Amino acid sequence: MEKNDIQNTVKEIIRISGVNPKKCIKCGKCSGTCPAYDEMEYHPHQFVSMVDMGDIEPLLESPSIFKCLSCMACVDRCPRGVEPAKLIEAIRSVKQRMQGSNHMKPDDIPALLDEELPQQAIVSALRKYMK
Amino acid sequence: MKVSYFPGCTLKTKAKQLDDYARSCAEVLGIKMEEIPNWQCCGGVFNTSSDEIATKLSAVRALSYAEKQGQPLISVCSACHNVLKQTNHAMQTDAVFASRVNHYITQPGQAAAQAYMGNTQVYHYLELLRDIIGFDRIRDAVKKPLTGKKIGAYYGCLMLRPSSTMKMDDAENPRIMEDFIRAIGAEPVIYAMRNECCGGYVTMEDPALSQKKSTAILRNAEANGADFLITACPLCKYNLDKNGNIPVVYFTELLARALGIVEA
Repeated sequence: MEKNDIQNTVKEIIRISGVNPKKCIKCGKCSGTCPAYDEMEYHPHQFVSMVDMGDIEPLLESPSIFKCLSCMACVDRCPRGVEPAKLIEAIRSVKQRMQGSNHMKPDDIPALLDEELPQQAIVSALRKYMK
Repeated sequence: MKVSYFPGCTLKTKAKQLDDYARSCAEVLGIKMEEIPNWQCCGGVFNTSSDEIATKLSAVRALSYAEKQGQPLISVCSACHNVLKQTNHAMQTDAVFASRVNHYITQPGQAAAQAYMGNTQVYHYLELLRDIIGFDRIRDAVKKPLTGKKIGAYYGCLMLRPSSTMKMDDAENPRIMEDFIRAIGAEPVIYAMRNECCGGYVTMEDPALSQKKSTAILRNAEANGADFLITACPLCKYNLDKNGNIPVVYFTELLARALGIVEA
């Protein structure tokens, strides 16, 4: 990405998430409580500090944006109200609004079905993984 | 009393019991649940990005319909409730979001009459039991108490968080489901992981992750002596059923048993 584009994308991420990364005191509680921690390359506290540093390209390319469960544990437990999950959601939204960036497509679904899988899982996954 | 009811996609398909028992129990307890005509799927998850509009319109339409009936809006599924409540909160607190939404849902020249501004009261069915009916009245209505059963309440994430919006209960030390368990004559089992995530929708692409999360929850509940768990979420039930030996049942089914509507 061009430097200008990076700066504008950081602004967009901050605007649509409503998150102010400067509020973070780097206590690590968000990552400590994250149920997807082990599966993530970048962890919630790193999302916050990397957005603050303008270092968003690795985040946009990382599978970590699809590992967040949106359980909001980090949002509720942050002592500073930083709300890391909203930042991760914004990065995922920005990524998937780019051409050809859908992480899951309706055609992928039939192979993932089993007898008991609730419709809720399918609609939720498509909302999270597709634009 | 009449309330507007948003069932949601899964309650019409894989989780029909959740829907049926919710309606029949409400009837016995003096509440008529009127299903919103032509409701549309809530989408299962609320996108927290404030410029995401179209995916929240189905929730707004349901909220707006309930307002026109002068009724509170009830849902049973944790995911539907989460989306409805978070959307309503955004309509109340984010004027730019509300304005953009109303541009979609109002006809030209009708904005004043048709706009929705977040005035509907949104209740989860458990809140209906606690706040409108009252657990005391439920205790009095119980015909077949579930005496001696040790039940673990599984909250998961969607009912409780984000707590500043959901406002159902203390998100770290909730009691609404335990109070429900007591009201139907059983004994609640408190265990640490009752409000941790089951793995949710990630089960679609990474079943190993939801397996790990669900297994930890089930072991923790079992170690604390739970005979079985109750949930309000079809996706939680799916993830837990797939990964453990403790039975997981919908809370409405237990209510129906306690009220004598169905045989155990």
